Amino acid sequence: MADHRIDKGRRRFLTQVTTGVGLVGGVVAATPFVLSMTPSERARAAGAPVEIDISKLEPGQMITEEWRGKPVWIVSRTPEMLEGLQSVEPKLADPGSEQSDQPEYAQNMHRSVKPEILVLVGICTHLGCAPVEKFAVGPKSELGADWTGGFFCPCHGSKFDLAGRVYANVPAPTNLVVPPYKFLSDTLILVGEDGGTA
Amino acid sequence: MEKLVTWIDNRFPLIKVWNEHLAEYYAPKNFNFWYYMGSLAMLVLVIQIVTGIFLTMHYKPDTATAFASVEYIMRDVPWGWLIRYMHSVGGSAFFILVYLHMFRGLLYGSFREPRELVWLIGCVIFVALMAESFMGYLLPWGNMSYWGAQVIISLFSAIPWVGEGLSEWIRGDFVVSDATLNRFFAFHVILVPLLLALLVFLHIVALHAVGSNNPDGIEIKKLKDENGIPKDGIPFHPYYTVKDLVGIGVFLILYFAVIFFVPEFFGWFLEKDNFIPANPLQTPPDIVPLWYFTPYYSVLRAVTDSFIIVLAVMVAVAVLVALWAARGLLSKAAAIVIGGAFILGLYILEAKFWGVMMMGLSIVVFFLLPWLDKSPVKSIRYRGWMYKFALFLFVIAFIILGYLGTKNPSHIDLAFFQNVTWAQIGLVVYFAFFILMPVYTKIDKTKPEPDRVTTK
Repeated sequence: MADHRIDKGRRRFLTQVTTGVGLVGGVVAATPFVLSMTPSERARAAGAPVEIDISKLEPGQMITEEWRGKPVWIVSRTPEMLEGLQSVEPKLADPGSEQSDQPEYAQNMHRSVKPEILVLVGICTHLGCAPVEKFAVGPKSELGADWTGGFFCPCHGSKFDLAGRVYANVPAPTNLVVPPYKFLSDTLILVGEDGGTA
Repeated sequence: MEKLVTWIDNRFPLIKVWNEHLAEYYAPKNFNFWYYMGSLAMLVLVIQIVTGIFLTMHYKPDTATAFASVEYIMRDVPWGWLIRYMHSVGGSAFFILVYLHMFRGLLYGSFREPRELVWLIGCVIFVALMAESFMGYLLPWGNMSYWGAQVIISLFSAIPWVGEGLSEWIRGDFVVSDATLNRFFAFHVILVPLLLALLVFLHIVALHAVGSNNPDGIEIKKLKDENGIPKDGIPFHPYYTVKDLVGIGVFLILYFAVIFFVPEFFGWFLEKDNFIPANPLQTPPDIVPLWYFTPYYSVLRAVTDSFIIVLAVMVAVAVLVALWAARGLLSKAAAIVIGGAFILGLYILEAKFWGVMMMGLSIVVFFLLPWLDKSPVKSIRYRGWMYKFALFLFVIAFIILGYLGTKNPSHIDLAFFQNVTWAQIGLVVYFAFFILMPVYTKIDKTKPEPDRVTTK
């Protein structure tokens, strides 16, 4: 009672502990706010797999469907289109798809389960533009006489072959992404789920 | 009236604040044209806030109705077109003024000691302003809004390891969607404007603590009369309040001329592709940001695989300059370690990441200016030819980068080379201005500064 000496060490310790607890409390309080900005359950549910009917898809044609708000391309490749995949390989950045994003069953030359049916996410791996189809071969494509068909991104000039494999020396770093998918029947594809393997 | 003022003054420092910041704030008497920009930028901030409040009364932050609600404002809301054009032209006007305001700083050394904090706070304002306009641009939900946001947000995914999760967190979805639009609306109308108001307040508090610079770049506080008032100072009010009113008059004439006659300003203030509703399945033929972002967009696109070697050389030069300028052994070692890590990273991580990095650095370098400039004088009036030449090249590079940011990189719009090559040249010049600054400002031949400010 009579002792009015101030214990500075004790005061400093209490100040530091209070500050520390306050900081932890601040982080805890911020957590729900930060997490509230992550994709909601509804957004995740909208990412559910979609069924795509390809019974009307003729060889050489392409259809675009939406999965998770992204364009998904289904291309039915003709035998000539498939032949071009071999010859174009020297011009590609990642012909073996080693640096690229695809399910295991699509890490092959045609980047698909069935060689003729190609399933791709139609978003450029550079900055997320939507490339356009350039299936015309040669000078007609306006991409040079040796163009064997593929996709061209108008934003920054990235080029991809008919398996979505990126050309060397373009801005896009990797091949177009192959989403997980499986065949429910010969004419029905489920995009977004492959049941583990496929 | 006097009684009321006394009553308030006993409870709030009314007279004190009035005197400190207006009636007895002594500003150099030789302010010229360049000193209009700050007060005009504040005027535009007020215009943006006021028009913004009225726009939110009619706008709907919902992907299903956003585009239509903007068209509703333009066509059906009484005077809605005027309020909306004031806001959209105001955005561009804001950047014109801020760029000129920053250029004034480069001309007269306003970033130099003792005004470093004024400059740093100003740089933060610039970054906040970029965030504000980027998020505002998504709100009309046009096709360029959508794809612009898509491209810029996916920049974050280039950051190794955390990038993908970070861009999902920013979007609140796997692609730009309703969640993104809704949160950008929240940031655009409340978070960033609050920050901007606070930062502008701090900018002025810091400025008034150290006093304004002037075109001669000398400190008027060094020479005071017997009352302690700077000999070259005049009270801000009424002298500069009245001068600024003239500037405001001229500005408003130009501003409303654009609003009434060319509100889209030939596609530079409102892009043609943004009159098409957002379509997630169809990219516009060229994704181009608004003009005030194009210099940085050019920097982003200039970094290709073959350009990495040039970046490595630039880093090496920066390290050499740091070694030459730094005094302590510790800072020399730090320069080598940081530079080495940078060069190593250039060869480990992909070019896409370094494009994003250089874009970020092209803004970060502005923060470093107060410490890069080693000249004994502040104002360009007393600097030698080297700084003048460097600043000239920097401005040219900035304009060329800005122009190329609106063009397809693989086309040839200038001469001889593809646009991307010119952008790479522009990038090198842009960064050389900063990297070499400690050298050329130190060896530059300067003229002696006068004791008193000069008026022509």
